[in-house]
Amino acid sequence: MRTILFLLQKEFLQIFRNRLMLPVIFVLPLVQMLILVHAATLEMKKIDLVVVDRDLSSWSGRLAQKFMASPFFRVHDGGNSREDAQELLRKGKADMVMVIPAGFERNMMREGEESVQWLVDAINGTAAGLSHAYASAILAGFHREWLQETGNTAGMDIHSGIKVQERYWYNPKLNYKIFMIPGIMVLLVTIIGMFLSALNLVREKELGTIEQINVTPIRKYQFITGKLIPFWVIALFDLSVGLSLGYFLFDMPVLGSLPVLFAFTSLYLVVIMGLGLFISTMVSNQQQVMFMGFFFIIVFILMSGIFTSTETMPAWAQTVNIINPLAYFMRVIRMIVLKGSGLADIGREMILIGIYAVLAMSLAVWRYRKVA
Amino acid sequence: MEFLEVIRVSRSFGPVNALKEVSFSVNRGELFGLIGPDGAGKTTLFRIIASLFLPDEGKILVKGYNVVKDYKQVRRITGYMPGRFSLYHDLTVEENLSFYATVFGTTLKDSAAYIHRVYSPLKPFRKRLAGKLSGGMKQKLALSCALIHRPEFLLLDEPTTGVDAVSRKEFWEMLEELRNMGVTILVSTPYMDEAGQCDRVALIDHGKLLQTGSPAEIVHNFSAKLYAIRGRNLYALLGRLRMSPEVKYAFMFGREIHLVFYRVPGRPARWLENLSGSPQGTFSIEPLDPGMEDCFVELMGENHPVDGKENI
Repeated sequence: MRTILFLLQKEFLQIFRNRLMLPVIFVLPLVQMLILVHAATLEMKKIDLVVVDRDLSSWSGRLAQKFMASPFFRVHDGGNSREDAQELLRKGKADMVMVIPAGFERNMMREGEESVQWLVDAINGTAAGLSHAYASAILAGFHREWLQETGNTAGMDIHSGIKVQERYWYNPKLNYKIFMIPGIMVLLVTIIGMFLSALNLVREKELGTIEQINVTPIRKYQFITGKLIPFWVIALFDLSVGLSLGYFLFDMPVLGSLPVLFAFTSLYLVVIMGLGLFISTMVSNQQQVMFMGFFFIIVFILMSGIFTSTETMPAWAQTVNIINPLAYFMRVIRMIVLKGSGLADIGREMILIGIYAVLAMSLAVWRYRKVA
Repeated sequence: MEFLEVIRVSRSFGPVNALKEVSFSVNRGELFGLIGPDGAGKTTLFRIIASLFLPDEGKILVKGYNVVKDYKQVRRITGYMPGRFSLYHDLTVEENLSFYATVFGTTLKDSAAYIHRVYSPLKPFRKRLAGKLSGGMKQKLALSCALIHRPEFLLLDEPTTGVDAVSRKEFWEMLEELRNMGVTILVSTPYMDEAGQCDRVALIDHGKLLQTGSPAEIVHNFSAKLYAIRGRNLYALLGRLRMSPEVKYAFMFGREIHLVFYRVPGRPARWLENLSGSPQGTFSIEPLDPGMEDCFVELMGENHPVDGKENI
């Protein structure tokens, strides 16, 4: 025990003396929260919409105006030519083109229905889908207005009789930032737990200091404990910083119990550090840690459900996610912070991550003893 | 009394036999040198003695403790200084020493007298980061750290490599003092001229121990008669000498050629004139008392007959 304390003292001394490590520990959470939360958003704003109005009637003008009034669209006059507008789309100067055909108003009056043509740049499928959804909502609103004002019931479809009132639970304003902040915190904790601890372990190997350590009475478990605890503490510290920033700066609600969240995070860190330790046994310098780490982390992050829902992933991906620790943490942190879930609600995840922690750490320590 | 016993130790890395049945022993209180060129297997042997590697075969006893089974006892009485500087660059001199003192359950104060001779030149720099020290000071710090737990046995892997001549001399003086304090020291070096500082030496090459004995004994055992050739443009002559059937081997030694015959010609000076085609007085040839390096070359030649003739 005394030995571990001396090791910890040495580790913290080195960490606070390391010019690279300190910014990573203290600046990383700030940068991630302040930049990524804003940048990693799926909200679409300022969609460049080119309107080709071939009708030039009062109703076609009102339709264009409805788009101008929306904060999501920046409307540009596309003149009369569909081809010209399409050229703008091709050059990337427009995201969407709406073509209102000649005789739009007349057909609306007479038939009660008319079509407008949409051309959407769908390079980014998600963005295209979202823009289209926004546009459809505006069109629907326009249609309702028209029905009310003209009293024309010719085009009345069965849906307009039913009014849908939406209420979104746990994130009533569909604030994307509040959804992202816990996700970013998962990244933060993971990077510190996995990368920094693996880098720190490998540094001893790279500089050869491990050779001098190995001839001392320090036991391997003491050495590993001394190496991992600092980053365990730092990661939990950074989680607190992240939560505070989210709470005070972004009005993120923290509904659930913090002790449960920290308990889960502590277990999660054991898993992640086990992976870090495992990586450190397979490589001989810090550069290789980065390569190996990136491989794991990119796969884990993209499958974790940080941007997209894991439930919509194919069955095999959901199976793979059983061994993806990030997926557990991602789900749990959002449940606790946004939904107010308690220990009972995340009991299953807690047990699984506990088993995972034991497995990952034992495997890593076993391999470490064998190799080093 | 034998303090260290190395008994038929072998170790290979894949197809490379780093050590082949190496056996020798070091007496208590002896300064013992392990001498051999780079890649001879010195570091591998040291790592096995320090209980960092396992031998494939054979066993090693330090004060009767087996380095594999009783590695804990061995580590407690052994101070190991690796060939590469292995202390923390980002800790100061004092922090490094205190750290190693505490992990051995002692303090810098308790060991002060023991390491005084080595540590005192470092004292003015005790607040300096170890990474910012000069080569000679790093070496002194490493030795201090190896001595911090007052070991009976010191294992120094090429401590003088990459250190200037003055520091080297100083370092050997320190080793002598430690030996006089009763510490048993095993030190490896690629420098033949350092062999004379040891009580006994072992010559090692390609993982095989060639000979063991005091420096005087090894020189005494030199079997062949050695000649030295002096003169100008020796490199051209060296080629001719090596082609000659009478010559066992010849090699450059500073500004001389050292030469051993299979069968010494009746009049060596005359023979040399004929061989070189140069007039009398261009080169001189005289018998010579062998040094450690000559012995080593001779022994290496026996170990690798082909290398001995072609590559020296």
